[in-house]
Amino acid sequence: MTTVTNGVNVQALLDAREVLKGAPEAAQFTWRASSTWRNGVHSTTRIQNYFGLGQEQSHKAETVFDADHPETFAAPDNGITPIEFLLVGLASCLTAGVASVAQNRGIQLRSVEATVEGHHDIRGILGVDSDVRNGFNDVKVTFTIDADASKQEIEALVAQSQKRSAVFDALTNPTDVTVEVA
Amino acid sequence: MSGAAERTAVVVIGAGHAGLAASHFLGAASLDHVVLERGEVANSWRRERWDSLRLLTPNWQNRLPGLRYDGPDPDGYATAGEVAELIERFAKACGAPVRTGTNVTSVRCADGGYAVTTSDGEIACRAVVIASGACNLPSVPRFSDAVPAGVEQCTPLRYRDPGQLPDGGVLVVGASATGVQLAAELHRSGRPVTLSVGEHVRLPRTYRGRDVLWWMAGSGVWDQRWDEIEDLTRARRLPSPQLTGTPDRATLDLNALTSMGVELVGRWAAVRDGRALFSGGLRNVLALADLKLERLLGTFDEWATAHGRDADVGPPERFAPTRVPPSQRLQLDLRGGEIRTVVWATGFRPEYGWLDVPVLDAKGQLRHDGGVAGSPGLYALGLPVLRRRKSTFIYGIEDDAREVTDHLARYLAASR
Repeated sequence: MTTVTNGVNVQALLDAREVLKGAPEAAQFTWRASSTWRNGVHSTTRIQNYFGLGQEQSHKAETVFDADHPETFAAPDNGITPIEFLLVGLASCLTAGVASVAQNRGIQLRSVEATVEGHHDIRGILGVDSDVRNGFNDVKVTFTIDADASKQEIEALVAQSQKRSAVFDALTNPTDVTVEVA
Repeated sequence: MSGAAERTAVVVIGAGHAGLAASHFLGAASLDHVVLERGEVANSWRRERWDSLRLLTPNWQNRLPGLRYDGPDPDGYATAGEVAELIERFAKACGAPVRTGTNVTSVRCADGGYAVTTSDGEIACRAVVIASGACNLPSVPRFSDAVPAGVEQCTPLRYRDPGQLPDGGVLVVGASATGVQLAAELHRSGRPVTLSVGEHVRLPRTYRGRDVLWWMAGSGVWDQRWDEIEDLTRARRLPSPQLTGTPDRATLDLNALTSMGVELVGRWAAVRDGRALFSGGLRNVLALADLKLERLLGTFDEWATAHGRDADVGPPERFAPTRVPPSQRLQLDLRGGEIRTVVWATGFRPEYGWLDVPVLDAKGQLRHDGGVAGSPGLYALGLPVLRRRKSTFIYGIEDDAREVTDHLARYLAASR
């Protein structure tokens, strides 16, 4: 048994998988964020509490995110653009997946870098052309990974990471979204 | 039921190759039994297969207990009719006590054994072998209800030939053996075909000059036992490989379909406002299948070298990666007239509505350990990876049936 130290507690994840097989209700999580408008297109979103394993849960600390738009959009740039948060989510989710799968497969990672590019035609959101969609046209993630593994094994890590990624799924598959006024 | 029920030691449900193989070994062990069959021997091969279907396994591989292929075309692939004839011949050879036209309507626990209610009366027995098949019903996603009424929907159990479908575009859903075969056939009939591709298993028809299933059997992949497979649930859900049995032994992978002019789209995820929405994850399912194929071919090469077979076969081959469509469609308007028919090649599931014994899991699948179900005296045969990876193939039944009937015989002897 080799000792791989990617820092992922894979045993805990595998144990959870076994437990949740017989307890699907405990697997139901609700993630929450609450945002407040500041001024202009600047807003602040706070995240601390969520629901999971049958009860209310809490992160160790609250995290606050500022979202705004850059000066090219004639905004003061108090934070990243909302659609850039999707890139944060995708990159961090796939990277977490690579580390977990590597740990599970006994592959020692030395470095994992990812660059994410979302190609966006802003004529959609500006209403210039109704045939142009509002969101990304496509997204490209490029991983550079240094690990004790063959190129093929590294490609398999990245493929398996996509297969089990929450954000990859949320971006590539339609989701029923309800927006209402309380 | 009035009067005394008929008694026998074992009731086998289904006279396909699995039920008949059970009968072969029960007969050899001199165990009193009957084989109940709703239709006739090899019923689903006669009534639930499309016209052009051929077995995925070459003829030489379609061995049944005591019966070897002795025809003129060992490398060919049997038609459904030829499979029905093979199974019929097997039934005669093993003298199976088959009762055709006998529908089982209930199996329940009674008096330490089982009471089997049939369209022909009740039978009391001590053990039951369920061999009624793994593909009784098509698995169709729930959102099929939201497909606009103007689009026809068809499942492989009802599909016979392209002429049965309206002219115009077809959306084939699922890219396993059934999906790729129907996509190719419908494309050849002149209909524009779009193929929705989820996770799949890519295989070449031949590798280094031999049928790929020769490699699967020879290298021991197919003999992997159920109790040695790490993720058995996943192995049992694995879709059938992208193969077809044609006289030219051609590979029918996604590159072959793309070259023909079939358009690939991602997994069909939902219907919204009459539009089909496809996953943007197509590139990754193609990559996953390519990587798995590479690994499998590596396994074959290692086996050939380790067993001194390199001289018997051609040089190692590697296949071009699956081509990703340059511009993938993520949605398709089902009301626009482009698609006239949806063909659901999304898999099958067994039907156990008649089984009044609590041995099904939350998803309606039979809970069993290598064919030994969770109720004493209840057994199954012919389900995916029942005791080996080869379990659902014709020749895969022999080892499974021998071991399951051995267990059954020991159970009967111990509980007498």
